[in-house]
Amino acid sequence: MSRRRVAVIGAGMTKFMHRALETPKELAWLAVQSALGSSQLKLKQIDCVVLGTAPDAFDGVHMKSEYLSDGCGGWRKPFLRCYVGGGTGVYAVAQAWFQVASGMFDTAIVVCEEKMSTCQPHPQAAFLTIFDPITEQPLKPNLLWIFALEQTRYMETYGISVEEIARVSVKNKRNALNHPAAQLGAELTVEDVLASEIMAWPVHRLMVSPTSDGAAAVVIAAEEVARRVTDKPIWIQGVGWCLDTAYWTNRDLAYPEYVEKAAWMAYRMAGIKEPRKEINIAEPYDPFAYKELHHLEGLQLAPKGQAPKLLADGVFDREGDLPVTPSGGLLGVGNPIAAAGMMKICELFWQLRGEAGKRQVPGKPERGVAQAWGDLMQVGTVVVMGTKRPE
Amino acid sequence: MNKYAGTPLDQRKLKRDKIFMTSYVPKLRYRWDTGEAIGRYLQELRQGRLIARRCDGCRRIMIPPRMFCERCFRPTDDWVYLNDTGRILTFSLCYVTWDVRRLKQPQIPAVIEIDGASPGMGILHLVKKVPPKQVRVGMAVRAVWRKPSQRRGSVTDISHWEPDNPTKETG
Repeated sequence: MSRRRVAVIGAGMTKFMHRALETPKELAWLAVQSALGSSQLKLKQIDCVVLGTAPDAFDGVHMKSEYLSDGCGGWRKPFLRCYVGGGTGVYAVAQAWFQVASGMFDTAIVVCEEKMSTCQPHPQAAFLTIFDPITEQPLKPNLLWIFALEQTRYMETYGISVEEIARVSVKNKRNALNHPAAQLGAELTVEDVLASEIMAWPVHRLMVSPTSDGAAAVVIAAEEVARRVTDKPIWIQGVGWCLDTAYWTNRDLAYPEYVEKAAWMAYRMAGIKEPRKEINIAEPYDPFAYKELHHLEGLQLAPKGQAPKLLADGVFDREGDLPVTPSGGLLGVGNPIAAAGMMKICELFWQLRGEAGKRQVPGKPERGVAQAWGDLMQVGTVVVMGTKRPE
Repeated sequence: MNKYAGTPLDQRKLKRDKIFMTSYVPKLRYRWDTGEAIGRYLQELRQGRLIARRCDGCRRIMIPPRMFCERCFRPTDDWVYLNDTGRILTFSLCYVTWDVRRLKQPQIPAVIEIDGASPGMGILHLVKKVPPKQVRVGMAVRAVWRKPSQRRGSVTDISHWEPDNPTKETG
């Protein structure tokens, strides 16, 4: 298959915050403006625009992409919205990669935006309709249920304790203290996390990411353009995604097989055979503390059930052997759904360029993986990025 | 321009009415048709029975029932009645409602693997009549049905699930 090499050449994001003054469109504009500035391209040099944004119900604007397009830089350009729930932020990069790798376009903006504070009294109500309307909604479920049910199954299957899970919150919120855009950076102990309110046992409040407003964006370009505008292109080496069945009560929730499939799709493309040895940084999706561990196992970066032990041993610390979520993640930086996944892509860009400031992981990392997850606990989206030009 | 732009709103300003905003409450109503498989499922629930579909391709007995097998991508083959007993595959003790009100006594949502269905085939429901601290993965439970006159053809025709009487398990 002939396809062109594609690199990320710029990244930018807004602050992530509980409630922003700016409209969704203004948030998108701010992120795109920042990413364009970082790439040193002007909007007129951009061939197409890809938007990732989650349910219209958050903003209460139907067909939100048309509404947002001006803020995305989409005026009179080929424009695409893509959406797989929480998995959208990473998925959007894969969809934009196609536009350029195919030879159709030389440059693209990829932007993700979410403004959750608009939905009253709480955006959780907007999640209700993801449950089956006939077999589940009459039970009046809430979103915490599915996370708590999955966490229980994960802990039970592998004999994992709540303390081990709480360490993820401690690490990520600490990492976020060094992120200038973070909403919830904090210096906490495992005891603090376990002393926080039990929302839905085994999930405590400090194991849950916040609702947020924010946007994040990257600029990608074909090799010829990337070479011309920067001497530090960060290559998109692999993309992968996979959707499992919507019958989530029929699946074993202990292990995300769909993440494994998505990961191997991206790894094969990147020529990775031993992920644990060939990946230097990971930004797995962490909307809840246990999800980071669950996803690291799906990403083949820890044996099944062993991620908590590696975490406790310090392997995933910023100075550890495999830094995980050096950004601070959804738990620390915040969770404006689609924008949170894109924030992880931005983080890999900055880390691999050595531009992550106080968050910089040591040892000149050459390759990173970002992953997001969503829909009805059924989608895995994966992007591998690195400093080395793909074969 | 600030590298990380955006303006967090100040709660105090909000209280003093310094921020303009507008609001909207959508008035939408939906009516979901059940389809074939779930229609029969609800009809059987009203009779106090659980029913599944069997696929002769993968030999799975599936609940909730479906008219096509998503794995084999072929029509399912037959209806199969199941027992109204099962085991807790996973559960939570939930102290928050969907609109983020707090509960003193937790709700106990669970995925219950139904006896007679293929391994791992569970449905979402609620467990009651058990001290929350005693709920365990693997616990045997049975359906507690509403009185026939109160059943409407809904998953709530099962009022809840409760621990199964151990003497019944020997059958």
